[in-house]
Amino acid sequence: MGLFILRRLGVMILTALCLTFIVFWLTNLQPNLEKLAKTQGNARMSDTAVETWLGNRGYSRNVFVKYGEWLGVLPGYVIEGSDGDTRARCADGSTVTPDTARFCGVLQGDWGYSTVFRDEVATILGERGWQTAKLMFFVMLVMVPGALIIGVLAGMKEGSRTDRSLSTVSILSTATPEYVSGVVFIAVFATATFNMQWFKGTATSAMDNITFENFTLPVLTVALYGMGYIARMTRASMTEVMTAQYIRTARLKGVSFRNIVLRHALRNALIAPFTVIMLQFPWLLNGVVIVETLFNYKGFGWTLVQAAGNNDIEMLLGVSVVSVFVVLATQLISDIGYVFLNPRIRIS
Amino acid sequence: METLTWTGSLGATLGPVLIIAVTLLGLALIGNFVAAYARSTQAVTAAGGAVVVPWRWSDRTSFFELAIPAVAVGLVLYAVEAFGSDPTLSDWLTEAGLPGWLNTTITALVFLLLGAFFAYLLQRAPAALYEWLIRWSFLVIVGVILAFAVFSQFTAYGGAGIFGEMSRQFLPVWLALALTFGLSSIFKRRLGLYGKLFDSVIGMIGFGLVMFWVFTAIFVGGFDLIGTHDPLAQVSGLKNAPPGVPMPEGETAFPHYLLGGDNLARDIFSRMVEGSVVVMMIAPLATLFAFMVGITLGLPAGYYGGRLDTVLSFLANLILAFPVILLFYLLVTPEIIATGLPNYMAMVLFIFPLLFCGVLIHARYRNQPGKDYTILAIVLAPLVLLYLSVINQDGSPVNFWPLDFFDIPGGILVVFVSVVFVNSPTVFRIVRGLALDIKTRDYVAAAQTRGERPWYIMLWEILPNARGPLIVDFCLRIGYTTILLGTLGFFGLGLPPESPDWGSTINEGRKLLLIYAHPALPPALALLSLVLGLNLLADGLREESLRD
Repeated sequence: MGLFILRRLGVMILTALCLTFIVFWLTNLQPNLEKLAKTQGNARMSDTAVETWLGNRGYSRNVFVKYGEWLGVLPGYVIEGSDGDTRARCADGSTVTPDTARFCGVLQGDWGYSTVFRDEVATILGERGWQTAKLMFFVMLVMVPGALIIGVLAGMKEGSRTDRSLSTVSILSTATPEYVSGVVFIAVFATATFNMQWFKGTATSAMDNITFENFTLPVLTVALYGMGYIARMTRASMTEVMTAQYIRTARLKGVSFRNIVLRHALRNALIAPFTVIMLQFPWLLNGVVIVETLFNYKGFGWTLVQAAGNNDIEMLLGVSVVSVFVVLATQLISDIGYVFLNPRIRIS
Repeated sequence: METLTWTGSLGATLGPVLIIAVTLLGLALIGNFVAAYARSTQAVTAAGGAVVVPWRWSDRTSFFELAIPAVAVGLVLYAVEAFGSDPTLSDWLTEAGLPGWLNTTITALVFLLLGAFFAYLLQRAPAALYEWLIRWSFLVIVGVILAFAVFSQFTAYGGAGIFGEMSRQFLPVWLALALTFGLSSIFKRRLGLYGKLFDSVIGMIGFGLVMFWVFTAIFVGGFDLIGTHDPLAQVSGLKNAPPGVPMPEGETAFPHYLLGGDNLARDIFSRMVEGSVVVMMIAPLATLFAFMVGITLGLPAGYYGGRLDTVLSFLANLILAFPVILLFYLLVTPEIIATGLPNYMAMVLFIFPLLFCGVLIHARYRNQPGKDYTILAIVLAPLVLLYLSVINQDGSPVNFWPLDFFDIPGGILVVFVSVVFVNSPTVFRIVRGLALDIKTRDYVAAAQTRGERPWYIMLWEILPNARGPLIVDFCLRIGYTTILLGTLGFFGLGLPPESPDWGSTINEGRKLLLIYAHPALPPALALLSLVLGLNLLADGLREESLRD
C-alpha cells in the first residue's frame, strides 16, 4: 500500500511538472509575450522597443531557464537593462540590494505577481479559491445526496417504471451542459418572462452574503450536470449488487425489502459511486468556470477566464497548478479510497 | 401585418387538451413515485411470494410520507395555475386588497392543503391506474403535437401562430423524418442493430431528435430551405424584438421574425437553424477523427502493453488532467493561432485516419500484393490529397503544397483540432481497455497460432469484436463534442463572433439575458435537444445490443 501511494505520488509530481511546463511554454510563446509587452508597457511600442522591454525583464531567454526560475530550482535573473536600470526577478520591481534572495519560485512560496489584478498571485488564489470552495460545498451538498437517492431508487428494481423514468431524468441532466441549464434557469426563474421571478440572475452579492435567493441558481446549475452521471453510476452498481447471491439469501430469509436495500445492498453499492464522485471534481471545475462567468461570481473559475483572456502568465500558472493539483489529488484519493473500501482488493 | 401569437387560433382549440394531458401526466408520474415508495415498504415472505405486509405498525399514513409528496404536488399545482389560469389566485387576492404577507401565506396554505389532499389520493390509487394514465396522457400529448403539426400546414398564414409557422417551415424535415421512420420500421428485421433500434421507445425518440437536426442541417446547408431570413441580415427597428414581431413596411422577405430579433436585429429562428449546420459539420467529423486517433493508438497500447502502453497512457492522462477550458484558452487564442501551433497539431492529428486506413487495408491483403497495392492506391491517393489540402492554409506556417484545393474558413480548423485533441485521450482509454479485455479471448489465441501478424489481429480480430461499446460511445461522444463546441462558443473562442453556431449565439444572448430572455433560449434548447437525442440514442443502442 505504501509503495503504491509512493508510486502514484511520483507519477503525480511528474504529471504536474509536465503540465505546468506546457502551460508555461504556451504562455511564453513569442506572440503572447509581445501582447504582454504591449499591454504592460505601451500599446504603440515599436518592434525593437518590445524586444528591449522583454529583454530587460528577462522574458527573451531560454524557456527552460525561465521555467526553472519560476519553479525555484534556478537562481532568479539579475539583468542590467539597456536603459541602465538593474532588474532582478526576486526584487519584485524594487531596486536590487545585496540581500535580495537568489531563488524565488513556487518552491520558495513565491507564486509571482499578477499583471491583471495587480496583486500577489498567492493572495488572489487564496481569496478566489475560498469563494469557489463555498460554491463547491453547496454544490456537493445538493449533488451527492440527490444523485445517490436517484441512483439507488432507480437501481432497486431494474426495469421498473421508476427505474425507467429516473434513468431518463438522469440522461436529461447529463445532456444539459451548464451554459444551457444556467441560461434556461435565469430566463425562467430570474426574469419576468414566465412570471416566476423567484431568484436572482447574478451571484455577485453572494460573495459576501450567501442567501437562498442569490445562490440557488448557480448551485443548481453546477449540481445538475454532474448529478445525472453519478446517479447512473450508482444505478449501475446498485443493480449489480441487487442481483448478488447474498441479497437473494436475505430475501429468502424474509428480510423486508426496505431493510435489504438499506442494510445489505447500500454499503456495497456505494463503493463505485465514491470513486466517481471523486473523479467528478475535474468536471466540476469546468462547470464552475462556466457558472462563475455566467453568474458573475468572482471565484477561481472567473479568475481563470480573466487571466487566460489577458495572458497573465504567472496568474495563469498559479491557476493551472491549483487545478492540476485538485485533479491529481482527487484521482489519488479515489484510487486509495477504492482500495480501502473494497475488501476484495484490500486483502489481495 | 400583426404580431403573431404563440399558437394562434388553432392553439386555442388544442391548447386546453394539451394542458390537461400534461397535468395528468405530471400527476401520474408523481403518483407513480409515491405509490412505488409505498410499495417498497412491503415485505416479502419466507416462501418468496410477495405478501402485502405493511412495515409500519399502524395503517395510518405517517407525517413524512405525506409531507414530501404534498409539497411536490402542491408545487406542480402552483406551476400549472401560474401558467394556465388568469387571474391567478394570488392576483385575485391582491385585487381583494390583502397585504402581501397574508397573500403569500394564504396561497401557500391553499396549495399545500390541495397538495396534501391529492398526495393522499395518489398514494391510495392502484398502480395500474398510473400505468394507464401515463401511457394515455403521453399518447394524447404526442397526438396533440402531431395534430398541431399537420393542421398547421393547412391553415391560413398566421392561423397557427409562431409554432404553426415554424412547423410549416420545417415541412421538408417532417417529410424526411416520416419517410425514414416509415421505411425503417417496415424493413427493421433486415437492418441489424439499426433495425433493432425501432423496438425501443427511448431509442426511437433519440433517433428522431438526432435525425431532426441532421435533416435540418442538410436542408438548410444544402438547399437553403427552412430559414426565413438571411442569418446575418440586420433589419433596423427589430433589435431585441419579441417573438412573432412583424417586419417593418416595405420589406419583401418573410413577414415576421418568428422567434424575434437578437441584439443586432438579426432573425433568431434563422440563426438557430443555421447553427445546426455548423454543429453537424464539425461534431460528427471531429468525433470520427478522435476515434481514429484513439483506435490507432489504443489498440497497440492494449495489445502490446509494456513500455509503449506506459508512455501512451501517461500522455493520455496528461491531457485528461488539464481542465478543458484552460486548454481551450491556451490553444484557441489569436496569439497562439498566429504561431501556427494548431496547424502543426492538425498535421499530426489528421495523419491518423491515413495511417488507420493504410494499415487496415495492408494488414488484410498483405499476401495478395497486386490487390493490396491497387486498393491502397485507390483509397490513399484521394485521402493524401485531401490531407495535404486540409493542412495547407494560406497565411499560416504550414503552406508548402502547391495543389491546395481549398482552405477551411476562419477558426473552424482551430476549433476542430482542439476538439479532436481533447476527445482522443478518452477514446484511447476506452479502446485500450477493450483491447486488454479481448486479447485474452480464444479467437485471438487462434489467430496468433495461425501466425497472423499483430496488426491483422488488432484491426480484424479485436476491433470488430469491440464494435458494440464503440458505437454506443460514438453516439455519446458526438453529444459531448457538441457540448464542447458550445463551450468554445460560450467563451467566444475560435469561431468568428457573427457565426450562428449555438454556443456563440448563447454567448451573445446571455449578455442581456436579464432584460431580454428570448434570444438565448432557442439555441440553448436546440443544443439541449440534440445532445439529449444523442444520449437517448446511445441508451437505446446499448439496451438493444445487450439483448443479443
